Amino acid sequence: MRFQLDADQRALRDGTRELLAGRFDRDRLRAAVDAPALDRRLWRELAAAGLFALRLPEADGGVGLGLPEAVVVFEEAGRALLPGPLVAGLLLAGAVDGAATGERVVGLCDAAADPVYWEHPADCDALVLLEAGEPGRAGRAYRCAPAEVGRAPLASVDPLTPLARVLDPPRTAPLAGLDAARLRREAALLTAAQQLGSAARTVELAVEHARRRTQFGAAIGSFQAVKHLCAEMLVRAELARVAVYAAAVTGDALDAVGAKLLADEAAVRNARDCLQVHGGIGFTWEADAHLHLKRAWLRAESWGGAREAEERLADALVRE
Amino acid sequence: MDLSYTEEEEAFRARLRAWLAEVLPKLPPGPAATDWPGRRAYDAAWQRMLYDAGYAGLHWPVDAGGRGATPTQHLIFLEETERAGAPYVGANFVGLLHAGPTIAAEGTAAQRARWLPPILRGEEIWCQGFSEPDAGSDLAALRTRAVRDGDDYVVTGAKVWTSHAEVADWCELLVRTDPDAPRHRGISWLAMPMDAPGVTVRPLRTLAGSTEFAEVFLDEVRIPVAHRIGAEHDGWRVTMVTLSFERGTAFVGEVVACRRVLAELARAARANGRWDDAVLRRRLGRLNAEFAALWRLTQWNVSESMGLPPGRADAGPRGNTGGVPGTGGSVFKLRYSHARQELYDAAAEVLGGRALDADHPWVTDRLSALAYTIAAGTSQIQRNIVAERILGLPKGR
Repeated sequence: MRFQLDADQRALRDGTRELLAGRFDRDRLRAAVDAPALDRRLWRELAAAGLFALRLPEADGGVGLGLPEAVVVFEEAGRALLPGPLVAGLLLAGAVDGAATGERVVGLCDAAADPVYWEHPADCDALVLLEAGEPGRAGRAYRCAPAEVGRAPLASVDPLTPLARVLDPPRTAPLAGLDAARLRREAALLTAAQQLGSAARTVELAVEHARRRTQFGAAIGSFQAVKHLCAEMLVRAELARVAVYAAAVTGDALDAVGAKLLADEAAVRNARDCLQVHGGIGFTWEADAHLHLKRAWLRAESWGGAREAEERLADALVRE
Repeated sequence: MDLSYTEEEEAFRARLRAWLAEVLPKLPPGPAATDWPGRRAYDAAWQRMLYDAGYAGLHWPVDAGGRGATPTQHLIFLEETERAGAPYVGANFVGLLHAGPTIAAEGTAAQRARWLPPILRGEEIWCQGFSEPDAGSDLAALRTRAVRDGDDYVVTGAKVWTSHAEVADWCELLVRTDPDAPRHRGISWLAMPMDAPGVTVRPLRTLAGSTEFAEVFLDEVRIPVAHRIGAEHDGWRVTMVTLSFERGTAFVGEVVACRRVLAELARAARANGRWDDAVLRRRLGRLNAEFAALWRLTQWNVSESMGLPPGRADAGPRGNTGGVPGTGGSVFKLRYSHARQELYDAAAEVLGGRALDADHPWVTDRLSALAYTIAAGTSQIQRNIVAERILGLPKGR
């Protein structure tokens, strides 16, 4: 047992961080806030770097890596607040032509959710809907042409993620070979990995500010009240980290549920504490804390919220 | 990232499991919670059984009488003994997890030979003489004085919150040997026999009603200079080694136990109808995620410490130390101590009116859990450690 990132995983993390710093820096982030339509050129560049083909076999032009590596990469995407249907891009890279290369942008919706949200509806070339199955049986996955899908526009709380509500999802041809239960599980875990990245990033933002900002003649980070907020943020992020990594290694459904629960909490609460540490500046549009918070809210409602997770985890206690 | 165990480790687990299955039924029933002499005898007997079977000081270095087990084997040992319902380390806590490792790391050959074997055999019980009435969280404010007189130190002062003082043979004692030096310097670490003339133990009653800790008054107690571990005035550094042991793997077995209790709570709630309460159910579900993650954090911290020499304070990637999880231990302790309190608050909710029955083990544990956010460095102190040593925030007040 060596529950640590190995050398290759650390290199993958550092390489991804460097790539995103170069292609999606803060100026690009802020440009995306003003114009949230997906940057197709960036999408293809990310694909060329292997972001979507990460888990496809090398024989199929992929990178041949596993879920733990995908989690490491998605943590970085979460840190950078990288927009777009990233989870769908990775999970459907082998199922929808052009998804792996970034030529086509594919969306993934959970039709078992209520309401059914669709991220970046105007940017998707294809849409896959996961339908809830009979109890005890996994639902099926359907592919739709976006134009056929009835939708109601929605003012998304996250300025980086346009949303629509799917009305009356059409059932066209089911996609063969897609396991809806696995897709849900892995979508939850990859979403949790992004939450983890965001939670870790907001600790850094809070700490940077607390060291720089002076009040009463001292850096506010020297005040215990501020210090303790920051310490609790780190503790939350670290607990989420081990839960997310372990779930990636075991591939276990319940581990993924628990990891999502803790990562959601870490991302949401850390973003709020980050905002608090920033004081009045934190309540402005210019500070990044609100972008992390709003994205964290959105991810927390995606692929299983707290109520569903806690019920499943409770149920597991009496089933064992 | 790897969570699998090697064939060797699985073989170790299987041997240990078989041994536990064989010996645990032979163990006499445990003493009452307040019977301290009985507790001591019971814990000593269990330690002797471990010693005879080759499991004593599993994680200690071989040249200190230990088995030199890998951190993973130690983790398996703690996991399996707890899972099998074996006795907790109990009165041997300070000796096995504090004083022993400190003497192994910092003591001379003669000191190791004198003190380590009796700890491993369960023959000598240690207590910790660190805290004082005016020096708890601010340990460097300690005032107990040791004045050199020939080959002895003459020690006068008072210690408090000294667990197991009533039954202990030895005390790891921090004293001020140079009153003029800056407060972190001028401290020394001594091994004090509890039966020395001038030592008075006055038990303190805890809010749980037990007397597991005590005040210890020291009136011109003579302690040979040869009982000093480490250099004179260098006790603070030695102490930091000791404390990092305390915050390290000390709670591993307890996390396993908490997961077991959580499952018992769920079953009890199902049986008495409280399971229909969605708020309680969700609370238990959340604790399930919490304790599962705390177990992963333990595995992470142990993995992080691997490959570093035990007992050394060189920092790992997150400030962790070899075999001595340091700041990673603070992250763990902060979250675990609060989670444990939440667990037993949930237990009270499952129990309903029976939560007022102080004889119920969940109620006893609910009371004792209140100590966890205070003992071994309060949550406030741990947050300062995390903020200053991991996040690099400036020191302040």
